Amino acid sequence: MNLDFTPEEELFRTQVRTFLQEKLPPALAAKVKTRKRLSKQDMEQWHAILNERGWLANHWPVEFGGTGWSVVQRYIFDIESALAHAPRIVPFGVSMLGPVLIKYGSNEQKRYWLPRILDGSDWWCQGYSEPGAGSDLASLKTSAVRDGNHYVVNGQKSWTTQGHHANMMFCLVRTSNEGKRQEGISFVLIDMKTPGVEVRPTILLDGEHEVNEVFFTNVRVPVENLVGEENKGWTYAKYLLTYERTSIAAVGASMAAFESLQQVARMQRKSGRPLAVDPLFAARLAKLEIDLENMKTTNLRVLAAAGQGAAPVAESSMLKIRGTEIQQEIDSLMRRALGPYAQPYISEALDAGFDGEPVGPEYAAPVCANYFNHRKLSIFGGSNEVQREIITKEILGL
Amino acid sequence: MDFNTGEDRQILIDTLGRYFAQRYPIETRQAISRSAAGWSAEHWRALAELGIPGMLLPQAAGGFGGTGFDIGAVFEQLGRALVVEPFLGLLMAGRVLATAGGSEALLAEAITGTIVLAFAHEEPHSHYQLAAVGTSAKRAGSGWAVSGSKAVVPQIEAADHIVLSARVSGSPGEETGIALFRVEKGAAGLEVRGYPMIDGGRGGEITLNNVHATLIAEAGFPIIESVVAAGIVALSWEAAGVMDVLKQATLEYLRTRKQFGVPIGKFQALQHRMATVALEIEQARSAAINAAAALDAARKVRERAVSAAKYTIGRVGTLVAEEAIQMHGGIGMTWELPLTHFAKRLTLIGHQLGDEDHHLARFTALSQTAA
Repeated sequence: MNLDFTPEEELFRTQVRTFLQEKLPPALAAKVKTRKRLSKQDMEQWHAILNERGWLANHWPVEFGGTGWSVVQRYIFDIESALAHAPRIVPFGVSMLGPVLIKYGSNEQKRYWLPRILDGSDWWCQGYSEPGAGSDLASLKTSAVRDGNHYVVNGQKSWTTQGHHANMMFCLVRTSNEGKRQEGISFVLIDMKTPGVEVRPTILLDGEHEVNEVFFTNVRVPVENLVGEENKGWTYAKYLLTYERTSIAAVGASMAAFESLQQVARMQRKSGRPLAVDPLFAARLAKLEIDLENMKTTNLRVLAAAGQGAAPVAESSMLKIRGTEIQQEIDSLMRRALGPYAQPYISEALDAGFDGEPVGPEYAAPVCANYFNHRKLSIFGGSNEVQREIITKEILGL
Repeated sequence: MDFNTGEDRQILIDTLGRYFAQRYPIETRQAISRSAAGWSAEHWRALAELGIPGMLLPQAAGGFGGTGFDIGAVFEQLGRALVVEPFLGLLMAGRVLATAGGSEALLAEAITGTIVLAFAHEEPHSHYQLAAVGTSAKRAGSGWAVSGSKAVVPQIEAADHIVLSARVSGSPGEETGIALFRVEKGAAGLEVRGYPMIDGGRGGEITLNNVHATLIAEAGFPIIESVVAAGIVALSWEAAGVMDVLKQATLEYLRTRKQFGVPIGKFQALQHRMATVALEIEQARSAAINAAAALDAARKVRERAVSAAKYTIGRVGTLVAEEAIQMHGGIGMTWELPLTHFAKRLTLIGHQLGDEDHHLARFTALSQTAA
């Protein structure tokens, strides 16, 4: 066993660091570091910078504009980007739809849609969950009925992240009610500007608008926007959900957040001493750090297996569970570290232009809202309960 | 042994329950909570007429209650309705004035709901430590002048009188040399910076620059400990009320939400977690009962019980809030669902008057000292 990166991989790390130093706008990194709200323009700006270097779709094959990086290179890129406080790549087009089109799309679809993901012509959102189809995704009801050269779509999607920013949605629709529920689902691409599409905001418990409900009333979708075969959409949907293995554990994000937590614990004081040396808080920090170190190696073991061609579906469920638990524990300790200053909440302080005086320590403003917001991590992307079902069935054979 | 509420208390509980159900539903609470003032003077007065302030204070102070179980009965109902009006400040400041004596007229006004009181003790760097008082007071003519700052005082903007701690000798961390003072709203040199709280209502920071103050008690620390104990009893029962609401809402959801063709409450994985939540809530309620029972006991008995309760409420509160959200799934993340506001309040109760770690360490330290 050898846990070191190769000299070539270390050289690659240096290249990534140099790129980030030169190209990541400091104002953008500062926004990410201080957890200010990011605008769509902020995300577009970072995508454009990455795309100019050819590093946006870093897991696509070279022939479609990808990098051809190994899983380890992608891992290094993720970690370094997170530690430099780069915005996360918005996954919907690049990480979710892209791989599905590359594997299952027609040549025409690949030629048309993939470049538009890279250059930002299209901003995608995901139409999976419905009010009655959350963990039980296969029970989805939004219907698509063939009418000449179109499908006519009716129904409702929920929890559509960035639905208010997106001009396109990849969407699971029911095209058949016969046989198994999974066998009547198709994967279609819907222009959000089509008549009959209505986006309504869903405000989250922290007061933020990031997800939406999307309603479809007789929405006409050209048949050429069907991806793959009719009624085979479930296969593509599952492929999409397990594809992005390198980042599902969010190791980079957790490493960056843990660094911030350590800084805060050193600055917060209790009985005249840093909170970081309070025995109980220090023990919480230690347990978290140990778990994170273990997670890093678990993640690398899965990546190494993936690099050798294994398709670790259930392992990605393990990474999702523990990765989100670690992120949530970091948020929880940040909240605890603030003491009474977890309670004040000035929403405007999270806007980039806010120049008011902070309440309490300057880093306090986003912490508690962020803790509540990140309760979503163990719910979305297949809840952690569903992930445990997958582990039970796929790994343990129970 | 008698775990019954008692007839008089039960009458008040029923009256409050009816009041909140009819006049303070969640929509009303949300509107009040997000209003510019962050509280409602109208409800404040109406609730005073129903007898809440009197129930929180002993007869010697003009009230008709003041035991741990009186406080508990009131605050459990406040928790069930997620009330944002400043009863915690009334309880704590009122009990300081009652213990020290000499403020009968003021207490009479507080009991009728004519005035609002705040208790300001925590400071920006004290992190729950009761003796970490840096605000100072010095004699000025016939009175005192106070300088310093106080942190995250609930509904401070509403307060007509602020009862606060300040040091007359010694340095932060020492229990001796801390006195209690009263400062009036609008006093020269008093600056209040208000802001919304993430769990509803408003709070604020106060800065004092040679503010004229009236001395309430010279030996302040024992009084501070005893009113913080009463505050912890109140918060523990408020949390018990909040947890009951979260439990009922989550049970209802487990029974009605269907996935995979059955109510999700049929899944054993969720059943066992809900069983743990229910068990822990009962343990937390027992901790609140223990603290209420010990409120008038000798110092060490009382302080051990309140630290045990606040530790338990902090630990269980986080568990219950997180599990209630998780078992609701996506809908448990939305502003529209009342449950999320109960979950936020429960979490932030953990940040008032000492968190789980603070009280675990304090319980340990108390256990190692002589009575």
